[in-house]
Amino acid sequence: MSTAMVAAPALPRLLTANQRPESLNEHLQHVGPPPTSRSEADRWELIATLERSGLRGRGGAGFPVGTKWRSVATQARMAGGKAVVLANAAEGEPASAKDRVLLARRPHLVLDGALLGAQAIGAAEVVVYVCRGMVETRRTVESAIHERRAARLKEPRVRIALAPDRYVAGEESAAVHRINGGDAKPTFLQFRPFERGIHGAPTLVQNVESLAHAALIARFGDDWFRETGRESSPGTCLLTVHDTIHQPRVHEVEFGSTIGEVLRASGPAPDPQAVLLGGYFGAWLPWAKAENLVLDYAALRAAQVSLGCGVLLALPVDRCGLAEGARIFSYLARETAGQCGPCVYGLRAVADVFWRLAFGRVRASDVSQIESWAQQIVARGACRHPDGAIGMLRSCLTTFAGEIRDHLQRGPCPAALHAQPVAPIPGPEEGWR
Amino acid sequence: MTGSLRLNPIKCKAEGLCAELFPERIHLDAWGYPIIEPGAIPDELLGHAQRAVDACPRLALILQGTP
Repeated sequence: MSTAMVAAPALPRLLTANQRPESLNEHLQHVGPPPTSRSEADRWELIATLERSGLRGRGGAGFPVGTKWRSVATQARMAGGKAVVLANAAEGEPASAKDRVLLARRPHLVLDGALLGAQAIGAAEVVVYVCRGMVETRRTVESAIHERRAARLKEPRVRIALAPDRYVAGEESAAVHRINGGDAKPTFLQFRPFERGIHGAPTLVQNVESLAHAALIARFGDDWFRETGRESSPGTCLLTVHDTIHQPRVHEVEFGSTIGEVLRASGPAPDPQAVLLGGYFGAWLPWAKAENLVLDYAALRAAQVSLGCGVLLALPVDRCGLAEGARIFSYLARETAGQCGPCVYGLRAVADVFWRLAFGRVRASDVSQIESWAQQIVARGACRHPDGAIGMLRSCLTTFAGEIRDHLQRGPCPAALHAQPVAPIPGPEEGWR
Repeated sequence: MTGSLRLNPIKCKAEGLCAELFPERIHLDAWGYPIIEPGAIPDELLGHAQRAVDACPRLALILQGTP
């Protein structure tokens, strides 16, 4: 069966309705086999197609996927052809479920993406990096790997590596360090993973949603990918949406949709007072600014927010944004890898005051103290963990400036003390392997 | 030849000697960890920068030369 016989998928592209994981046969019937790159020219052509598609990484940083593949491929050629693909499914963000939902439905599409990456960069090994707590996901990926082995597909070895259920475990240097046998903590090395990663070989670290998109672009082309979305932000993206009315849900959304449209897709709900976009490293925005904000990389940047890992959390009017922010910040402070002083001590100090601002008593000078500490902490860690936490903090202080005044005058509001939290906060984790 | 200072924040354990020896470009944050002012270090200060680097017991401070 050739790709030409298979119709290019309409929307949704990734989130098909199947409740069980697609088998290898179902997958091949659905989208056809991935193209095989026989020559060196084919490999570079696949990379060029990805570049033209405008696909960006969906793990949080939003780096252009084609550019990354080209860098790793170039490094791999210089390293004498050694390279590894790290398919990143360590979804450590507590509010995100998109990666596990995607793998629960389309494991073979994700593996195709990883294997196409391996072809493009010349890797002989693919590692799927999954959190320990994602037991179902791990089983699904394991069965998919077995199915492919049984079908005797001629493709590189795929294996699973386990990450601890920690926030920073999926950070790329932490992931590489874990797979190389160390703790899943970020490293501070001269070389980045795309230069020297797993076993010292150039490593393509790519989120699983990005790989699934790449697997479709390789089949149906960059023009097809651009048929939906916007010129500057083509295609679709997966979002995990939280409000307090409906169960958290993963939606596949076209770029160009507004935040308001995305929220209403979950079903009717009263307008929230604010949203948190981009996960716990993301930013709070008041509803007046969020509702008509378009999902588009440039528009989001102009509004000083980003898609991040695709979490959209709506805060109802009867909840307290300071309480939500303080809980998230304390969680992030606790989830430091414990390596860099400003992250360990700085986040802890800020978290303590932030917590009292939400749930206890503080003075106006304490709030200024937080802001001054925040300035000292940014850009001083080995990874961006402290920066992400401080970004969320700053947007929280701006968005809920009115609530800060109320808390300063009257102490914590009833919502802070009594309302059910919106943002999920996992319990303490121990260990880094 | 100019140089710039870089800190390995994982190695740094807030010994504080660098800020003592090179206050022109390094001061300590609220928790005793060095904050390095960005930018190239002029020739006349390179000696001080090098002394700060040499004094760090954690080998956390790096002086990078750019010819």
